Amino acid sequence: MAKKRIVLTFPSTLVGQPITTHLVKDYDLMLNILRGVVAPNEEGRLVLELSGKKKSLEDGIKYLKGLGVEIQSLAQDIKWHESKCTHCTACIPACPTQAMSVDRDTMEVSFVKELCIACELCIPACPFKALEIQF
Amino acid sequence: MPKTIKEINDKIKKGKAVVVTAEEIIDIVGKKGIKKTAAEVDVVTTGTFGPMCSSGAYFNIGHTKPRIKIGGGTCYINDVPCYTGFAAVDILIGATAIKNDDPKNTVFPGTFKYGGGHVIEDLVAGKSVKLTATTYGTDCYPRKNLETWITLKDMNEAVLFNPRNCYQNYNVAVNLSDKVIYTYMGRLQPRLGNANYSSAGQLSPLLNDPKYLTTGIGTRIFLGGGEGYVVWQGTQHNPSVKRGKNGVPLMPAGTLAVMGDLKHMSSEWLRGASFAGYGSTLTVGIGIPIPIINEEMVKYTSVKDEDIFAQIVDYSKAYPQIIPGSLGEVNYAQLKSGQITIKGKQVRTGGISSFSRARKIAHLLKEKILSKSFYLTEPVAPIPSVDSGISFKLLNEKPVKQKQ
Repeated sequence: MAKKRIVLTFPSTLVGQPITTHLVKDYDLMLNILRGVVAPNEEGRLVLELSGKKKSLEDGIKYLKGLGVEIQSLAQDIKWHESKCTHCTACIPACPTQAMSVDRDTMEVSFVKELCIACELCIPACPFKALEIQF
Repeated sequence: MPKTIKEINDKIKKGKAVVVTAEEIIDIVGKKGIKKTAAEVDVVTTGTFGPMCSSGAYFNIGHTKPRIKIGGGTCYINDVPCYTGFAAVDILIGATAIKNDDPKNTVFPGTFKYGGGHVIEDLVAGKSVKLTATTYGTDCYPRKNLETWITLKDMNEAVLFNPRNCYQNYNVAVNLSDKVIYTYMGRLQPRLGNANYSSAGQLSPLLNDPKYLTTGIGTRIFLGGGEGYVVWQGTQHNPSVKRGKNGVPLMPAGTLAVMGDLKHMSSEWLRGASFAGYGSTLTVGIGIPIPIINEEMVKYTSVKDEDIFAQIVDYSKAYPQIIPGSLGEVNYAQLKSGQITIKGKQVRTGGISSFSRARKIAHLLKEKILSKSFYLTEPVAPIPSVDSGISFKLLNEKPVKQKQ
């Protein structure tokens, strides 16, 4: 069983198509939609967690690329600028997955990329612009 | 036996002073008791690092040739408006000032990316900033326009002057409404989604000197990475609020006005901050040394997070509408654990003031004293305390249509 978190950017021409359904039916993949933004006549963006057999995962991604969907790995999306962080902990209650966490002895903040789902809730919570979304 | 500040300074000079942080003293008192600790410890260092909106800096930028009278004109640094109601080339910038073309909250929530606090941070970081001024000409000051790059070094004087810093305790902010709100206490999620607090708790300067017995006008402090002084009580100084048996206020109380030479400060300890939907400000690092002149000061400085209580306040309605009351009381040990219980609900907590940076300041100040580069001062006058009768009042509005 393989798992991958990806950010898909759809050109406006593909927004009307049930692409994720094909991933489930034709490629036997499980998918968890972490975020989705689709506006009429604009690009669509979808953050997915895909899981399934390694081969199915590779084929599914190949299918998406063939359609002209741009794919990025999710882990690179939120960047924590440690030098800007003052460890105030304002981001902590905002983070739903505990990707941002605090060592309760030192009261210092740390960021675990693997847990981040790029929901961006931490961004407006940070007064120091220490968190940045990088698409 | 009581000690004087002069005796403590003599010990610092001889390298014999015992200096500990406001956290270290807790353990020492736990092991040795108050009496022995009072005899052994000379100074307790405190620290805080949080957004403090009533902060600013004034500058004398030097005269131009020919002369310009910016006083009475307009002036901007990096497009952020400055106050010009002083003499020819004295200007002041406040932490919450924002550019005239900042969209503010027209697209809600505004981001308030760059304001007066950021200008101060850039200046102390040694950066060149753009200064522009427009004014009227006079016989002695004929010039009307100025546009120049300037650094802190170029200025004659650059002084950090903060009318209200160092709040003694603060509220815990929550949101009882059904929609997200953006406040100076950060973003508050609906229906008690999170609880934000802002104090360094057991490290906070005025929580270690709750009745202002050693901190007064003239007290030398760590300010923004350099040195400064307490120059007055801060605005909204409110010493008469309800206190616990330990003398510690149960809600926001005392404040300090502080100033110091900006040229010796650092951008590590003066940081511009942007609160989404609220505005821009300056995060200030302050550390105050507390001389252990007697056993009473040992008792006060050994206060623990679990003995310092704050009120939970709803910022969706109670705060903006000034509706008195509290949703409950929690202590800083609970707040720092990451979760508190409000109305039976588990609520995650977030800080606005940095405890880890407050701890670093207390250690830096301790090192400065131990290395004989920081001596204590005797206050020249006290700041109003519990029995002063001073309390903070609301504005009594008087309609201008009615003649006075």
